[in-house]
Amino acid sequence: MPYRFLEDAPVADVGFVASGDTLAACFQAAADATLAVMLGNPEQLEARQEVQLHVEADTRELALLRFLEEFIYYKDAHGLLLRATAVRVTDGGDGWQVDATAAGEPIDPSRHLLAADAKAVTLHRLQVARIDGGAWEATVVLDI
Amino acid sequence: MGDADKPRGAWRQQAVRLGDALWEIPPTAKAGMRVSARIYATPQLLAEMDDGVFEQVTNVAMLPGIVGHAFCMPDGHWGYGFPIGGLAAMDPERGVISPGGIGFDINCGMRLVRTNLTYDEIRDRVPALIDALYQRVPAGVGARGLLRLTDAEFRAVALRGARWCVEQGYGWPEDLERIEERGAIAGADPACVSQRALERGRQQVGTLGSGNHYLEIQVVRPENVFDARAAAAMGIDLPYQVCIMFHCGSRGFGHQIASDYVQRFLPLMERKFGIQLPDRDLACAPFSSAEGQAYFAAMKCAMNMSFANRQVILHRIREVFLDVLGRDARSLGLETVYDVCHNTAKLEEHEVNGRRRRLLVHRKGATRAFAPGMPDVPAAYRAIGQPVIIGGSMETGSYLLHGVATGAQAFFTTAHGSGRTMSRHAAKRQFHGKQLERDLAQRGIYVRTVSYAGLAEEAGAAYKDIDAVVAATAAAGLSAPVVRFTPIGNVKG
Repeated sequence: MPYRFLEDAPVADVGFVASGDTLAACFQAAADATLAVMLGNPEQLEARQEVQLHVEADTRELALLRFLEEFIYYKDAHGLLLRATAVRVTDGGDGWQVDATAAGEPIDPSRHLLAADAKAVTLHRLQVARIDGGAWEATVVLDI
Repeated sequence: MGDADKPRGAWRQQAVRLGDALWEIPPTAKAGMRVSARIYATPQLLAEMDDGVFEQVTNVAMLPGIVGHAFCMPDGHWGYGFPIGGLAAMDPERGVISPGGIGFDINCGMRLVRTNLTYDEIRDRVPALIDALYQRVPAGVGARGLLRLTDAEFRAVALRGARWCVEQGYGWPEDLERIEERGAIAGADPACVSQRALERGRQQVGTLGSGNHYLEIQVVRPENVFDARAAAAMGIDLPYQVCIMFHCGSRGFGHQIASDYVQRFLPLMERKFGIQLPDRDLACAPFSSAEGQAYFAAMKCAMNMSFANRQVILHRIREVFLDVLGRDARSLGLETVYDVCHNTAKLEEHEVNGRRRRLLVHRKGATRAFAPGMPDVPAAYRAIGQPVIIGGSMETGSYLLHGVATGAQAFFTTAHGSGRTMSRHAAKRQFHGKQLERDLAQRGIYVRTVSYAGLAEEAGAAYKDIDAVVAATAAAGLSAPVVRFTPIGNVKG
């Protein structure tokens, strides 16, 4: 699994480290981790609806934060749980852009093992960095 | 070694005991501290606090315009920027406003509702009541309320809070008298709120949320009445009287407003305002700046949405009790005792060094506890002091307290809950939700939950001892206990 939950996150919340061979794969793993915080059986999520996501930010970290915020926004505003299916991260020189396709379905308590309702992506320990071997690793703490 | 290189626990060692339940870290402890940091705790509670509390409360002491001290309450634990249990009063002219001093769940708070019922009268009906409440008060991930609001209606909620609800028939006029700010804080401006925030919150009025949010039916055992006069003034005067308590906030609406403004303040803090702080979670703006005022007006929208959320939940409780018990809410005496805010910044008048001053008081995971005689305490409670509701875990019980004159030492503020000691991840590994549900049932607590994983995360052992927290607030002179509640039924988000 390209993410693991942090043992030393703030006690009331949830943190994780997501990784990937590319920045896009790392962002996608972070989106999977965010979904897994909210849904106990993410493998049961069916791709009934598709959504195009686009975010921009001055830094790589804020680009990840805003990308993950999209999943929280769709959960609250549209009652949709989503998984990122294709992610592209680009550095346009004057800022970062994330374009993604996400697919999922409306929240259905009869089939979905609902877990924690993520409130926000925090700046706490937020980091996106290269690790040994050139892969990428992101540290994220979600407010619960 | 520079301060940034010091281990997080270094600040704990600097705490000097000032009283039975009060410790101080002097401003000389860390470069940049403008005032001292004060932590309310017994030695036991202090030892249980995580290192993050000490680092964060000393960081709060660095905020421009802070007045008096940076504080942490006895239930304090690690938060973002401010610790949970954090308190800081700012000079409105020279000081800042910080979303990290308020929290993501703006105006998360508690409401306590009394009844004329005793435990014997409903003992057999508790499962039916909890089952019906579980249906009528949606909880859990992305839960939507039964109230379908248009965009214009939701903006009215943001402006008029619980008052809007009462106008629409979701409550009684007297409910408003027993809510902080009478259920609607002035100065809210939906124009300062993003479309995303409006979209996230619009369908969530009347929902509980998840995490540590809950709705509980409780009993007051005679041996748990500590101040009968105050209890009677608050409508609690029957042996084994049934009360209802719930904890929730401004849902996705408040969360988005906090996120929006943290991101807006972050690039401006140093570049525009020249503010340097050791933690970006303390992102802030001068209160008097256009940006600071915009956040203040947006935050008030979330405060009002939260007041409305709790008002609609009370309306659903009244409907459920009528449906299940066949008696209307008036005859059951289903009256609001009080509604307190946990996560706010408010302009208040306080005495500092013998002078009355208007201050912007940030409370994050902390409860206002006004003393007897203060004008903002409802007339019915003015001789007693403001009711304070401190929620414990679903296993251990909760408290009703009142504000006291000695609370002036901390801008009339006290604790808000029992405070976590174990991470969610660790609790989930240690406890099993379904087993916990069975154990609670054996102890006479009927639980309905959206999420067994969430239930496990909220196990009583993941929290501090609520009795110890309340005793610390009393020993410190922040608030005085009135009654202790024992849970008999719980809806868990």
